[in-house]
Amino acid sequence: MRLRITGLQVRFGERRVVDLAELAIAEAEIVGLAGESGSGKSMTTLAVLGLAHTVGARVDGSVRLDGAELTGLSQREMREVRGRRIAAIFQSPALAFSPVFRVGSVVHRALRLHGMTRTEAAAAAQRAMRQVLLPPALLDRYPSQLSGGQLQRVAIALALALRAEVLLADEPTSALDVTVQAEVLELLRDLRDREGMSVLFISHDLAVVAELCDRVAIMQDGRIVEQGPTSRVVTAPASSYTAELLAAVPRLGAGGGR
Amino acid sequence: MIVYVARRVALAVLVVAGVIVLTFVIAHLVPGDPAATWAGPRASAAQVAAARRYLGLDRPAAIQLLSYFGGILTGNWGVSIHTHRPVLSDLAAVAPASLELVTAAMIIALVVAVPLGLISARWPGRAGDQAIRAGSILGVSMPIFWLALILQLVFAQRLRLLPVAGEYSPGLLFTHPLTRVTGFGLIDAPLTGNWPMFGSILGHMLLPAVVIAAYPAGLLTRMIRAQVLDTVGDAHIQMVRALGFGERAVFGRFAMKLAWNPVAAAVALVFAYSLVNTFLVEAIFDWPGLGSYATASITSLDTPAILGVTLFIALVYVAANLAVDIFQAAIDPRIRLR
Amino acid sequence: MIEAPSTLPTGGARLPRGQALRRGLAANPLLVAGGLLSALIVLMALLAPLLAPFPGDAGSATHPFLVLRPPSAQHWFGTDNVGRDVYSRVLYGARISPLIAVVVLAISCAVGIPLGVAAGYFGGWLDEVIMRVTDIFLAFPPLLLALALAAVLPASITTVIIVIALTWWPWYTRLIRGQAASVAGRPYIDGCRALGISRRRIIFRHILPNSITPLIIQVSLDVGGVILTVSALSFLGLGAQDPTPDWGLMVAEGQNYFLTSWWVVTFPGIAILVTAFAFTLLGDGLRDLMDPKRIFLR
Repeated sequence: MRLRITGLQVRFGERRVVDLAELAIAEAEIVGLAGESGSGKSMTTLAVLGLAHTVGARVDGSVRLDGAELTGLSQREMREVRGRRIAAIFQSPALAFSPVFRVGSVVHRALRLHGMTRTEAAAAAQRAMRQVLLPPALLDRYPSQLSGGQLQRVAIALALALRAEVLLADEPTSALDVTVQAEVLELLRDLRDREGMSVLFISHDLAVVAELCDRVAIMQDGRIVEQGPTSRVVTAPASSYTAELLAAVPRLGAGGGR
Repeated sequence: MIVYVARRVALAVLVVAGVIVLTFVIAHLVPGDPAATWAGPRASAAQVAAARRYLGLDRPAAIQLLSYFGGILTGNWGVSIHTHRPVLSDLAAVAPASLELVTAAMIIALVVAVPLGLISARWPGRAGDQAIRAGSILGVSMPIFWLALILQLVFAQRLRLLPVAGEYSPGLLFTHPLTRVTGFGLIDAPLTGNWPMFGSILGHMLLPAVVIAAYPAGLLTRMIRAQVLDTVGDAHIQMVRALGFGERAVFGRFAMKLAWNPVAAAVALVFAYSLVNTFLVEAIFDWPGLGSYATASITSLDTPAILGVTLFIALVYVAANLAVDIFQAAIDPRIRLR
Repeated sequence: MIEAPSTLPTGGARLPRGQALRRGLAANPLLVAGGLLSALIVLMALLAPLLAPFPGDAGSATHPFLVLRPPSAQHWFGTDNVGRDVYSRVLYGARISPLIAVVVLAISCAVGIPLGVAAGYFGGWLDEVIMRVTDIFLAFPPLLLALALAAVLPASITTVIIVIALTWWPWYTRLIRGQAASVAGRPYIDGCRALGISRRRIIFRHILPNSITPLIIQVSLDVGGVILTVSALSFLGLGAQDPTPDWGLMVAEGQNYFLTSWWVVTFPGIAILVTAFAFTLLGDGLRDLMDPKRIFLR
């Protein structure tokens, strides 16, 4: 397993928002983390990246990347991991990009931060943009000039250009239209198949999770109540909570991942 | 966008008209009879009456207002009682020195405010933040005229580190006289290759600029701290952290860049505000700008000159406000649509 | 002054009580310091007749044989150019500037609040007219208008009060108008009207209390600013006249002797600085206390 989370607990003071006993993602696999809003899904992303302290939360437990423990690392060491080995994309792409920077500027700076020269960075950015089917010229635009779908694809391109091993996708399609959503989901499948990326797909939309993910974990109040291959969980849920969630979905069962 | 600009400009014109009317009203608040003052203490009644006719003071108020208005618009801002020259040309002569001084003060203020504001925002609540906040409140609470005197005493007179007063060393008047091209000493000197003069002006400018910088530095530090703290929880800051950027880059490059818009607006406004503060500082340092002119006019009760300076600075302020409005609307489309 | 409206909390902010208040105070040493310092200054002003060793010096007493003495055990702050005890004069000066500030702010509120409420609640042409007039007054940086007016009027404390009040009221009008307009636009006000509640009741029981909080904060922040403006006008000779122990006037009078007798200028100036500082700290801390967002961010 490329990414293995064990006994992860995230606390705000006395309140525990995340209590993950076990969650793992293999190479070339998309694992879904599904649950209602407020169940602690987004905090998991921050915790894995070692950024929980920025919102005032405390983290205990273990996160292993390729066997190496991340939770004890210093901030400087974690900065090597962030972006480069574990990338993240967020819910509102329009808000995730700073409005006063050109999109390409952020991409370029991030690439140079992780060791590329100016020419290497430019080349990698262009290549990645084409991979996500966007004209590289869009890099010169400001976020306000791009659509939500385009911005999300730029974010994915960034993860590609950095050659990240793991992608944490926190509600990446929740703010997009259904048609654009489908394109982004297709891209994520590409990442898994062509780049062998491990993707953690976090969403409250069980239908999308069912359509995209190979395996799925259901979260309730910070705890995982059920885990397993998507086809099994969706058709024969072991937990009553999962059954409730499934019942609430208007259209079911387009099947599991591949 | 055009509509927005047009509306703001129309509003500004209206305000300027109101400002001119207000200065007219102030001019007529002067107790005593201007005609009598003009004619002199030993004038006869007939001479005073003649003076009144000459000055146009026998016409109805509305006519006087209109003619005053027309005068302002055509460049007739009255004649200074003290210098006997047209007020407008007096202003043209003294304004550059003050504009230079305030610009220098704003640069100093920014050089201080940006790092301190960022440090304060990065470690909020800690000792450093409390100290910086106390310091910036000290800056905005400073009696400028007192600070000027103290600094002059300490640095110029006691320590002899800096010049006491004046725009440049008097000796240079003979050895390296300055040819005025634009009126701005710091531009004219390098333009004519007069480097000794350039250095001298810079040295003489330092103390008054530091004094004037106190208020803007305090204000901008607090503003930068507030703006940066405001954005620190935003999604794009988290994204940048998730990309592996260290806190120094997160604050110094990304959060700060967002703060520049409101900060630039504040700089424009506090620039005009600082022009007024020169009134309290220039006389002490013998800096030949608007402030010295204004102080001298106040002492000699030179009403046309006082009002001329007032009108000038008010116009600068209105222009600065207008520029800020348009600039912000250009950057942020939401403002125009409101 | 310049940062006024945008950085203030909205009308919904309230002063925390009890435990929240105690926690807020603990987290805000600057507020506590400002509050204590301000209280101290007010106390000294009130007790000036008791604390001053030479109360007469704050008036028209002169002592030709004690001219320009440096600080000593007898005269803590030394003596000025006519032999008066600087310490006593500084103490009595504490009665002048803050008092002027209070009067000025009271007048500004008395004018600004009704105008602001009228503009915000009634809207329409009344709003336009009031706001345009306000804009014209606001076109002048604060000190400038006061200066222009004071320069043409006879110099006295009354003049200073009038001219500063004339420059200050527009800020409050604009502030209250914004608050009143936003409160008046809320659905529950329509509900009140539909219920037949009188306009007067709506204004006094609903609009006014909900608009007041930012004003209170702004006023406390402005005390320091007004004190500085007062002392600036006095320094230029446009305010209190000799022998009134106004701090700004004392600095101006001591200017010529500054080189050799530093104490005549230094102590009154420190008094201005400390007073403005204390009240601004207090106002700043109050703002922090009342803004829920800021408490969280600390």
